[in-house]
Amino acid sequence: MIVNKSAIEMSQLLKDGEISSVDLTKAHLERIDEVDGQVKAFLYVDREGALAQAQLVDTKRKSGEKLSPLAGVPLALKDVMTQRGIPTTCGSKMLEGWRPPYDSTVVTRLRSSDVVILGKTNCDEFAMGSSTENSAYFPTRNPWDLNRIPGGSGGGSSASLAAYEAPLAIGTDTGGSIRQPAAVTGTVGVKPTYGGVSRYGLVAFSSSLDQAGPCARTVLDAAYLHEAIAGYDPLDSTSINAPVPPIVAAAKDGNVKGMKIGVIKELQGDGYQPGVLKLFNQSLEELANLGAEIVEVSCKYFDYALAAYYLIAPSECSSNLARFDAMRYGLRIGEGSAESVMNSTRAAGFGKEVKRRIILGTYALSSGYYDAYYGSAQKVRTLISQDFKAAFEKADVLVSPTAPTTAFKIGEKSNDPIAMYLNDIATIPTNLAGVCGMSLPSGLAEEDGLPAGFQIMAGAMKDDRLYKVGAALENALVKKWGGGILEQAPRLGIK
Amino acid sequence: MGFTYETLLTKYEPVLGLEVHVELGTKSKMFCGCSTVFGAEPNTQTCPVCLGLPGSLPVVNEKAIEYTIAIGLALNCTIAPYSRFARKNYFYPDMPKNFQTSQYDEPICSNGFLDISIETDAGTKDFRIEIERVHMEEDTGKSLHMGGATGRIHGADYSLLDYNRAGIPLVEIVTKPIVGTGKYAPEVARAYVAELRDILRALGVSDVKMEQGSLRCDANVSLRPIGESKFGTRSETKNVNSLRSVERAVRSEMLRHGSLLDEGRRVIQETRHFHENTGETTAGRSKEQAEDYRYFPEPDLAPVTPSKDFIEKIRSSLPEKPSTRRKRLQENWQVPDKEMAAMINADVLDLVAATVELGADPTRARGWWLGEIARLANEREVSAGELPITPKDVSEIVQLIDSGELTDKLARQVVEGVINGEGRPKEIIANRGIKVVSDDSALLSAIEKAIAAQPDIAEKVRGGHIPAAGALIGAVMKETKGQADAAKVRELLLRHLGQG
Repeated sequence: MIVNKSAIEMSQLLKDGEISSVDLTKAHLERIDEVDGQVKAFLYVDREGALAQAQLVDTKRKSGEKLSPLAGVPLALKDVMTQRGIPTTCGSKMLEGWRPPYDSTVVTRLRSSDVVILGKTNCDEFAMGSSTENSAYFPTRNPWDLNRIPGGSGGGSSASLAAYEAPLAIGTDTGGSIRQPAAVTGTVGVKPTYGGVSRYGLVAFSSSLDQAGPCARTVLDAAYLHEAIAGYDPLDSTSINAPVPPIVAAAKDGNVKGMKIGVIKELQGDGYQPGVLKLFNQSLEELANLGAEIVEVSCKYFDYALAAYYLIAPSECSSNLARFDAMRYGLRIGEGSAESVMNSTRAAGFGKEVKRRIILGTYALSSGYYDAYYGSAQKVRTLISQDFKAAFEKADVLVSPTAPTTAFKIGEKSNDPIAMYLNDIATIPTNLAGVCGMSLPSGLAEEDGLPAGFQIMAGAMKDDRLYKVGAALENALVKKWGGGILEQAPRLGIK
Repeated sequence: MGFTYETLLTKYEPVLGLEVHVELGTKSKMFCGCSTVFGAEPNTQTCPVCLGLPGSLPVVNEKAIEYTIAIGLALNCTIAPYSRFARKNYFYPDMPKNFQTSQYDEPICSNGFLDISIETDAGTKDFRIEIERVHMEEDTGKSLHMGGATGRIHGADYSLLDYNRAGIPLVEIVTKPIVGTGKYAPEVARAYVAELRDILRALGVSDVKMEQGSLRCDANVSLRPIGESKFGTRSETKNVNSLRSVERAVRSEMLRHGSLLDEGRRVIQETRHFHENTGETTAGRSKEQAEDYRYFPEPDLAPVTPSKDFIEKIRSSLPEKPSTRRKRLQENWQVPDKEMAAMINADVLDLVAATVELGADPTRARGWWLGEIARLANEREVSAGELPITPKDVSEIVQLIDSGELTDKLARQVVEGVINGEGRPKEIIANRGIKVVSDDSALLSAIEKAIAAQPDIAEKVRGGHIPAAGALIGAVMKETKGQADAAKVRELLLRHLGQG
């Protein structure tokens, strides 16, 4: 089946004229028709737009135009990225029916690479959550077990890859929303260095932590997508004005000989599923066998990362989400004074988790509490950055399990926010420090036969190192498994 | 009310705090590329950024930073090598993001001063006004309240929102508490705003039009018993849209506070709205409970870190200080102090200077702006600068007088025409059919008529009593509807009566 191939394999077939982009796109639309009733990865499928774009690429290719590597390859877009004229809900009732009048920079870059956008994927409301259960529309299901969560917030993007509905997807990662879904669905996800990919058009949850990045089924696919969307954007003041690191080259290279790999002491042990830890240690052995030197490092302030995160992210979110007030766009409930319309709209339009975080953040920023909460959290953030800095003096990359457990059951943690938050314990430090991180499959945990993730972290603008180490490990593991991990997943669909 | 300004001053001392908001004259907004031109159709100068659409991000306008630093330098401030924007969070429909991007505890300029002088009973007196801070922020949109009687939100049927102004760069200039002004507090307030306005205009960073809101002053006023060191409760008066209003608003608030305190009542901490028609203020929003704006550093913007070179470059291109310029102009024009003060007071100095630059003689330019134009401005209760007459018009009129095409009297008609909005001077001359009657025969017939009407006076003139000619000249001027050149009439008349 064409949809089972990697993006780069599809790209080659397109180049060789073995298949047209229109047919490739149709194959994915058919796959969506076939399985998305079960998986529920998509909030919106843009059939006409995707086919029109595919047709355009085919025409360009016929005329002999030089095309980018991903030209004509389909992609799924997380519903927090704006795409002109296409509904963008952020998984919230607040934005139901809103069609942005502008493209995010990521979409602009995808367009200039002639990537075909299939539609918008489900996510936790405004990207707040670790299971996609907080979507105001419906939960997305994990293709490995439809009763389990696909991770979050970007569960729609990761599930669409694992279910072969798309070979590539865009995610956003504020505390792990690309990496944790990748881990629990057996896919690859990368949170680039903060400022590495433009945030323009990414509906903000927490501005200082949000980062868009690539989701794929292989490290090389992720590398191509990463290069296509990365780079300085004058529309985003926080984007870094420096050359994009040689990501694709690093993924192709995949040589870790002589590299120092630091295992973070604080990101293992209690709270981690034994099967997940076992896979993590096996992956370390693979890397050691490939000639990497494994060292242990300590980042003692990581213990405070979760607490700091749940002050900073809600604080910023309380301000970022203030704009949803029914005055200009989106939901409007009630009549009467502007104030009462604002009140009833926000009461009706936001879900429970979003309200929880807005209230938390409003409190943390309040006069008299600011120093104790937001101020202290910022200090912890600085200490975590210093931990990273010291650790990167001892190692070229740092590693940990991506998430402490494999996918849990839908509903299992819905009423226990802290248990839910703990899912991101290993991914959050990266966001707080603005450095980069990748998750790739480490295997299937022995307890439940579900995929687990191996996390690699590198310093700011050292994203290429993620790909170098990731590719090395992937090559070794795929060789060991005799194929990609998704080949072991249950077959979805009727064919 | 028995409580007078004089009584007030025997018991209390005023303390002022002035916050001036200046709309910068940048071509584009503070954080996006939208135009800042005033008066466009509502919501035509907007984009995803200034509408705060989901996903949009701000990018700082570098020109705005340059302008703000220039203001800071002109006000003798320290320029911070590192400052940040902050978010000021509160909900209001005309604010697209429900937070205003501003500067909070890290303003770009701080600790400056501005020297001003005012005329007192004891002559010119200088004051140093200390500047607390100069910071950047974005303007909000405008709410237009429709229906109801007052155009205010209370009683309105519905409101319309115009976001053209949202995101226009604003600079806020805040003074430290101004003490020691005594009875001259209103004049000091006015002189400060006037001097500030002149500096901003000279810097070319704003069009400083108070009536259009590009320069807005909030006047904080409080009173404390003489000898007391603690400040009293203050009120913050908004909607002060002219220099004259600054002075009136401060005086009115001083009186209001004074009579409240005198009756043993307390002043409520609140905003007040100044009303031009009554010269008084009415209560606005209470500020008794401090609002919690939940300020925090704006994560979407990089810190502002101007280099020393950048700052020095701006410093070296600062224009001449208005006070220095005034001194220079006074010397060049050879104007006595009193006349100079009159020009400054009537706010026509720049207009006179511009008229002189266009070629008019300084004395004559001054004569027109302080004379006929000032009179007409007074009649209309506006300042001369608000009238539709420009320095170019005045210099043209002066030229037409010099070339004999207008008499002084006719020129006054032209000035009035321009001010009535009938067009530019030449159009008015053409449309009103104004011309100097210089045709000798027409004048002679008028002269003969005048002599015939007052033969006794004509006799006196013939007899050598030249001053008596005035009555005859007046009659001729009346006959010719003022269009004759009086000097010419005199010459012809005297010659006609054998005295030429």
